[in-house]
Amino acid sequence: MSACLAMLDARIRVLLQYRTVAVAGIATQIFFGFVRVMTFTAFYRSSAAAHPMTHEQVISYIWLGQAFLLLAMFGVDNEISEMIRSGTVVYELTRPASVFWLWYSRCVAARIAPAAMRAIPQVLLGWAFLGLQFPASVLALLMFCLALTGSVALAAAISLLFTLSLLRTISGEGISRMGPALVFLLSGIVVPLPLFPQRIQPILNALPFRGLMDVPFRLYLGQMTWQEGVLALAQQWGWIVGLLLLGRWLLALGVRRLVVQGG
Amino acid sequence: MPQIMVEDLRKSFRVAHRRPGALGALAGVFRRTYREVEALAGISFRVERGDLVGYVGPNGAGKSTTIKTLAGIMVPDGGRVEIDGLVPWENRIRHVARIGVVFGQRTQLWYDLPVIESFDLLRDIYRADRNTYGKIRDELVEMLQIGSVLDTPVRQLSLGQRMRCDLAAALLHKPSILFLDEPTIGLDAVSKLAVRDFVLRLNRNEGVTVLLTTHDMDDIETLCRRVIVIADGKVLSDGTMGELRQSVSSERWLAVDMGDGVDLIDEPDTRVVRRDGHRIVLAFDPRKTPPSQIIARICEKHPVRDLLVENPPIENTIAELYSRRTA
Amino acid sequence: METLSLYLCYLGISVRSQMQYRVSFVIRTLAHFVICGIEFLGLAVLFQRFGQIDGWSLAEVGLFYGMISMAFAIAEAVARGFDIMGRLIRSGDFDRLLLRPRGTAFQVLAQELQLLRVGRFAQALLVLLWSVQALGLAWTSSRIALLLLAIVGGACLFSGLFVLQGTLCFWTIESLEIVNCATYGGVGAGQFPLTIYRPWFRHIFTFLIPVATINYFPAHAILGRVDSLGSTLLVQWLSPFAGFVFLMASLRVWRIGVRRYTSTGN
Repeated sequence: MSACLAMLDARIRVLLQYRTVAVAGIATQIFFGFVRVMTFTAFYRSSAAAHPMTHEQVISYIWLGQAFLLLAMFGVDNEISEMIRSGTVVYELTRPASVFWLWYSRCVAARIAPAAMRAIPQVLLGWAFLGLQFPASVLALLMFCLALTGSVALAAAISLLFTLSLLRTISGEGISRMGPALVFLLSGIVVPLPLFPQRIQPILNALPFRGLMDVPFRLYLGQMTWQEGVLALAQQWGWIVGLLLLGRWLLALGVRRLVVQGG
Repeated sequence: MPQIMVEDLRKSFRVAHRRPGALGALAGVFRRTYREVEALAGISFRVERGDLVGYVGPNGAGKSTTIKTLAGIMVPDGGRVEIDGLVPWENRIRHVARIGVVFGQRTQLWYDLPVIESFDLLRDIYRADRNTYGKIRDELVEMLQIGSVLDTPVRQLSLGQRMRCDLAAALLHKPSILFLDEPTIGLDAVSKLAVRDFVLRLNRNEGVTVLLTTHDMDDIETLCRRVIVIADGKVLSDGTMGELRQSVSSERWLAVDMGDGVDLIDEPDTRVVRRDGHRIVLAFDPRKTPPSQIIARICEKHPVRDLLVENPPIENTIAELYSRRTA
Repeated sequence: METLSLYLCYLGISVRSQMQYRVSFVIRTLAHFVICGIEFLGLAVLFQRFGQIDGWSLAEVGLFYGMISMAFAIAEAVARGFDIMGRLIRSGDFDRLLLRPRGTAFQVLAQELQLLRVGRFAQALLVLLWSVQALGLAWTSSRIALLLLAIVGGACLFSGLFVLQGTLCFWTIESLEIVNCATYGGVGAGQFPLTIYRPWFRHIFTFLIPVATINYFPAHAILGRVDSLGSTLLVQWLSPFAGFVFLMASLRVWRIGVRRYTSTGN
């Protein structure tokens, strides 16, 4: 546990050094947010029909997505993938299964600090200038925060799984590159999930990815009743546990393969 | 007309001031402070065509900065430099085509390519004449004994092999000046000798002017007729090895091997420098007492098996020079 | 001329090293293709729901998308060297470029031709071909010529942006993310006709980072549509040249950056 805290501390230290990078990063994300908001505004004025989300709700959804973007990067963890690529991973794997939790903590830590640094200013700016609505209610805010925690854990788990897929060199490379893009789409960042065709909604609900962005944001906007919210949270954590178990199993499999190959 | 002319070269750098601790790091987010570091504080020297000059100094003395300025990749704050009639940083492309530079720490060859392909690429980059290139390359390969590694990718070479290949690469376009920055650093004994031998032959037979920075004193002793010592951005000494020694001290050393004897030698006009077992090194001033006298006296009193008169190692001379500048 | 043959030599080396691990290369290219495809899929989903955007259909937007993505893919492939300027400076390898009797921009450019961008190029080409077919446009020689002009001009524009991004490294070692607003932002914004955006945004991407010149204006001539912003056919044909001009200007800025580098050391 202290190792994870130390890691967190070190990362914050590094981040503070790159102040210009942080500011530039926020400016970039706000810029992209603008582009997307304008795009959706144009779409909404082109169609008089009713839609599952109002124009204002979509705008808030987008700004939340920009603010919490870093929280949900599901790409491969760079340090671990580098270890796998260079082969030094064998030294890590000689230690018992605690390696899995160490790697998981690494994935979690990699998200929290930079994400918080970018999210907080953007939410504040969003409330002040950009059209980000306030949470629908105190309950909504509470559930949003709970869902965000789950979101971090889930994103870290997914990222870890993609990283572990690299242990199986060939197919792993393809999966670890295409996978994140697919998850990206299915999490609601590219297009808010409610706007997907009606026929696809059941599939989207069954997949774990909506727990990354869609669930927290919809809770924030008050688009779910508290019962639906609790169900969604339970689903989130169910997936987290499931994916982590899958990860443990994959790691054990990978270890066995490496051991068999002679290191 | 000297080939390299350096006059009152000056260069300062602004370095960001880092504050310690996490609180300092946080403060650094809001305001950065700088301090000025004077790397070159008025360096002047001249090098004639065909010279082999050693450029020596402690770390941070300004050696690399000088080399970079002479190579044309750094613009100084003040002073004049003229090499073969050109100001290096104002005529970069023309100047750089006439010089060769070897950095001991970094290779200029392409990591994944076989050595010979790096050479061919350099030939095209430097627009070397295709007819003469082949001959020049083969000569260099022969002199540096790298024929066996020509088809090996650079990343698979040992340090010694890589350095020799770098030397060849720097000379493929027949430059008239060669700048060497720590060429023997990290090399094994055999490679060091090979490199030194090569540089010596290059200078004596082909007349290539060489400017060599190094920490290795054996490099200096074997190669350099002339040594420039710098520290804190200023020239402390510029002249032959003999002149350098004389400027610091006229001392000479006498190493006496007494066989099995463990006598103490306490001779007037001498000072014991060092003693290990039956070997004693004494320092004396040949201007006060000729060596023959000292030798005679010692041989009378002690059982001498072997003795040797030598100069103090150049390290000591230079170290003495460094320490004097703070005095 | 001789510089061109040297450039091709460099490219040969870059291509050979990328092809060393052939399977991995194919997978990565395929993955890039799929990733770009997913991007377009998102677009299609939106059109499925909303039908059109400010009067533009998916097929028309597909033309804009295809043109600008192809241009970007070329720039990504060719100007990749400028993307890794930070690493070059940090390792001291940029000094070595200065020690060679060739232009620095040329040497940085020649370092790499990133072939995997063929993935994006192919995906964009497919979208373009589909949209031309869906719109029922004929492949006349003038249409093809303008298309090529726009794509090449666009490649120059985006390459110029990469050059500027690399030039920033002379001032701060971290390649600032903010330039992504111009590159990826430019591509993202240019996928749609600029009329859907607010005027201030339009002006930025017409005059400052002239994405409109290599995308919006020529597209009107290709579509045979009258531009609601008022550009004439002449303007629509000449505007891609702005991409070349932008690249030349970027190289000027690069030279200033190199001057700064040699004055302050690293």
